[in-house]
Amino acid sequence: METAVPPRFARTPSVARREWTQALARAVFFTMALAMVVPLIAIVAYLLVRAAPSLSWEFIVDVPRKGMREGGIWPAFVGTLYLVVLSLAIAAPIGVLAAIYLNEYARENWFNRLINLAVINLAGVPSIVHALFGLGAFVYAARFGYSIVSASLTLAIMTLPVIIASTREALASVPRAFREACWNVGATRWQTIRGVVLPNSISGILTGVILQVSRTAGETAPIMFTGAVFFKAVQRGTLFPYRLTDQCMALSMHLYTVSTQVPNVRESIPYATAIVLLGSVLLVNACAIAVRVWLRNRKRW
Amino acid sequence: MSGPAIAAEDLRLSYGTREVIHGISFEVPRNEIFAIIGPAQSGKTSLLRCLNRTIDFTLGAAFSGRVVVDGVDVHRVRDVYALRRKVGMVAPLPVGLPLSIYDNVAFAPRAAGLSRRAGLDAIVERCLRQAALWDEVKDRLNGLGTALSGGQQQRLTIARALSHQPEILCLDEFSIAIDPVTTMRIEDVLRQLQSEITIVLVTNLVQQARRLAGRTMFMWNGEIVELDRSEVVFSEHPGQRRTHDYVHGVFG
Repeated sequence: METAVPPRFARTPSVARREWTQALARAVFFTMALAMVVPLIAIVAYLLVRAAPSLSWEFIVDVPRKGMREGGIWPAFVGTLYLVVLSLAIAAPIGVLAAIYLNEYARENWFNRLINLAVINLAGVPSIVHALFGLGAFVYAARFGYSIVSASLTLAIMTLPVIIASTREALASVPRAFREACWNVGATRWQTIRGVVLPNSISGILTGVILQVSRTAGETAPIMFTGAVFFKAVQRGTLFPYRLTDQCMALSMHLYTVSTQVPNVRESIPYATAIVLLGSVLLVNACAIAVRVWLRNRKRW
Repeated sequence: MSGPAIAAEDLRLSYGTREVIHGISFEVPRNEIFAIIGPAQSGKTSLLRCLNRTIDFTLGAAFSGRVVVDGVDVHRVRDVYALRRKVGMVAPLPVGLPLSIYDNVAFAPRAAGLSRRAGLDAIVERCLRQAALWDEVKDRLNGLGTALSGGQQQRLTIARALSHQPEILCLDEFSIAIDPVTTMRIEDVLRQLQSEITIVLVTNLVQQARRLAGRTMFMWNGEIVELDRSEVVFSEHPGQRRTHDYVHGVFG
């Protein structure tokens, strides 16, 4: 007797419907992923085309000429370098060490909960607020004046909570069983951290720190309030044009200036400035990825 | 020194407000293999963690009563790291540290301040031999401890626990992650070690306790149900009905 039961593996309407849903879901996700890439490529391509007439090595190492209407961006490039290096030199050690304390030593009590709360909230403070704080605290109260020191300290305060958060995450990724094994054989907390925890979280810690480079390089508000200037006359190509108590130029600030504040700038100059800023940041990020890949290949469990 | 290796007197342990060990007392003489059996959640592991005070790392845990290890109250011990070196601890799941095999075993001596290469070499070889692992790894001591198989990692863990020359070796269900052959090899090792050190063996394998232990303690819900010579505990007529039921698998 024939029954209505279809043979095994037959393509019933229900199977067809599931396959169709599956194909649709895949298509939707793919489109979204593509939609993400398109603007990136479009932006970079557009910038490159517009910047082409000015882009050259000469553009990076030359100083601005004719009231910034021509010439290069060397003072701004070096200024950004100063700000990034100095602010990370301040924020990275403090942030990493604080994170180690919070993750490895701190016990759960009201004081450490307060610190955690502060870190989380500090990470969410808008940069313009940091700028105002930097102006009040470093420029006026601490009497550093409008200077590279003030600007770097402001940037450091801004990046600190993010470095703490990323470092804690890296530390937390080391299994607790490793720590317990060390404690069981009579190792102190520091010996445990030094011998097992740090070697296995250093890649994550470094990546977190390096990713802050792009953030500090791109910020305009905090340095505008505390130490960046429109123009500073320096020698072409010199590596140490500024003292730490000087004000300096910076790429992000320079981009703003040549785009909106100076009339009759050569059209390609703002775009070329943007390309240099973008290129430097991408270069640093690429280094971060390389370091991470290298360290991950050495990962040991 | 004479006197028992371990003596507990009215030991009570609580996590926050929840008491998990309700005032137990027992003694373990030197050079005994002492087994602790009992179902999950009966406080066996917590008890071990009181002995070397790694319970301190658990949030909200506190214990009262006296726990005397090698004649010293663990609450009053000055150098808690020396106490932990005196009590070797092997966890249920093998933990190879993400270091080389050599460094895994040399970690504890180094932490204790030993840095002479020759001394370390000797310790590493002795401990790996004692843990029945030397022949398998002697040609790749620089290989990663985490790259070993589960059974090898468990023997590496035992070698590490022996590396700080403990007087008491605590094994917490050391065989749940390894195969029977390796288990038997380690049991042989334990029998050999008995002449030098005291061994506390927490196990869920009733057979294993019967094979190895001179005396066995049956714990249930944070209390000692029975503590007697293994022949008695595992016989047809132990002192307590509950012991019989548990040992013969009719618990419940």
